[in-house]
Amino acid sequence: MAENAISKQCVVIGGSAGGLPGIIYILEQLCPDFPTPIVIVLHRRNDRDSTLTALLSHKTTLLVKEAEDKDVITPGIVYLAPADYHLLIEKNYSFSLDHSEKVQFSRPSIDVTMQTAAEAYGSGLITILLSGANADGTAGLEATRHNGGISIVQDPAEAFAPFMPQSAIDQLVTDHTMNMAGIVTLLYRLLVGPVTHQ
Amino acid sequence: MEAAVSDQQINLLLTDLLYVYGYDFTAYAKASLKRRINRLYTLDHFPSFAEFRYRIRSDENYFNRFIEQLTVNVTEMFRDPLFYQALKTQIFPVLATYPFIRIWHAGCSTGEEVYSTAILLKEANLLHKSILYATDINAEVVKKAAAGIFPIHQMQQNSENYQLAGGREEFSQYYIAGYDHVLFNEILKKRMVFSTHNLVSESSFNQFQLILCRNVLIYFEKDLQGRVFALFDESLDKLGYLALGSKETLKMSPMVSRFRQVDTEKIWRKMQ
Repeated sequence: MAENAISKQCVVIGGSAGGLPGIIYILEQLCPDFPTPIVIVLHRRNDRDSTLTALLSHKTTLLVKEAEDKDVITPGIVYLAPADYHLLIEKNYSFSLDHSEKVQFSRPSIDVTMQTAAEAYGSGLITILLSGANADGTAGLEATRHNGGISIVQDPAEAFAPFMPQSAIDQLVTDHTMNMAGIVTLLYRLLVGPVTHQ
Repeated sequence: MEAAVSDQQINLLLTDLLYVYGYDFTAYAKASLKRRINRLYTLDHFPSFAEFRYRIRSDENYFNRFIEQLTVNVTEMFRDPLFYQALKTQIFPVLATYPFIRIWHAGCSTGEEVYSTAILLKEANLLHKSILYATDINAEVVKKAAAGIFPIHQMQQNSENYQLAGGREEFSQYYIAGYDHVLFNEILKKRMVFSTHNLVSESSFNQFQLILCRNVLIYFEKDLQGRVFALFDESLDKLGYLALGSKETLKMSPMVSRFRQVDTEKIWRKMQ
């Protein structure tokens, strides 16, 4: 496994207002040998404390870390987009950071990470869009599908702020609309095989 | 949105820039570069890639716009106030011991960080014996930086950052407001030297006690980052300081063994 540290698959999760519980729900159910890297883009206040990384670390056996410029994206790690930078994915499966204009009033922008991930991972990409109150992520899901990946949104009826998943549904860029339990089951079916987790 | 300009076409543009204008962007991080190029392509409503390419190749004014749009010029005064606090409390007392202080802002963009440093130098009573070199690849932004004119609507945020950075005066004393812009004081500008400089292709031009290059290296690929670090190394006096952006680090560079990180902020001191 150490020999083949680069994964050609990746899961990118985007969330905004009310997105954190969904992220925690997913992380809590990831097995220690989950086969792909996870990249999380969560809109949040622009500060430099690492409480969010610490908080999420307690929810999973996987390593949680803030994504750093030029990091090679590695399975077994949950990466968190740093506050106030866009997180981009290069075609050599590494990160680069970008401090350009906000997109959809957001930096980090979910669209930016998903669009660049779609170009890098193609059909190996799964994107998940959770609760939120703006339209960020819709273009990211569109890019995912355009490049052969799979896009999933949280059921707006379950989301604290339904606007973000609903926006993607309205633009017809989603492959699956499901509640959180369904999303986790689907992730396992797509990436791990028959469902055996609790 | 489907990318309008493909990877292959971007390579064509980068080759043109190098051969027609002598600007080498081939070692810039590709994902960001592609976003910037596609953004401009959409913004300027080009009907085809061929016309876009022709315009860049043949129209030098448009080429200048292209360079300006390709590089990210999002900046503010006292960005990351805690960084400036560290500069003020930990670096300036050491710089104060020099008879003459030379500082280089590499990749100064529209100059906000240069004015920030100058203000803190003034308050530390060091500005009169300091000179701040401010350079950027992009002639347009250097012109703006040298003018010292900034939109007035940014001043509230700038003033807040200034306070958080440990500024102790009335921030508005440093500029004169007129209509929707402000003009920064001559006393600050007098100590600044502005010039274009390309970190990719040009060499060291002086020796400095402090080099600030913040949020520039993230746009470069790893090899180019290494070359720029070597350029900074060459341009730093022994015991000089190198300041990077909050998400940039020297730790991947072989040079790091000769530098010591000064603080939790991204400031390194050249030890040998």
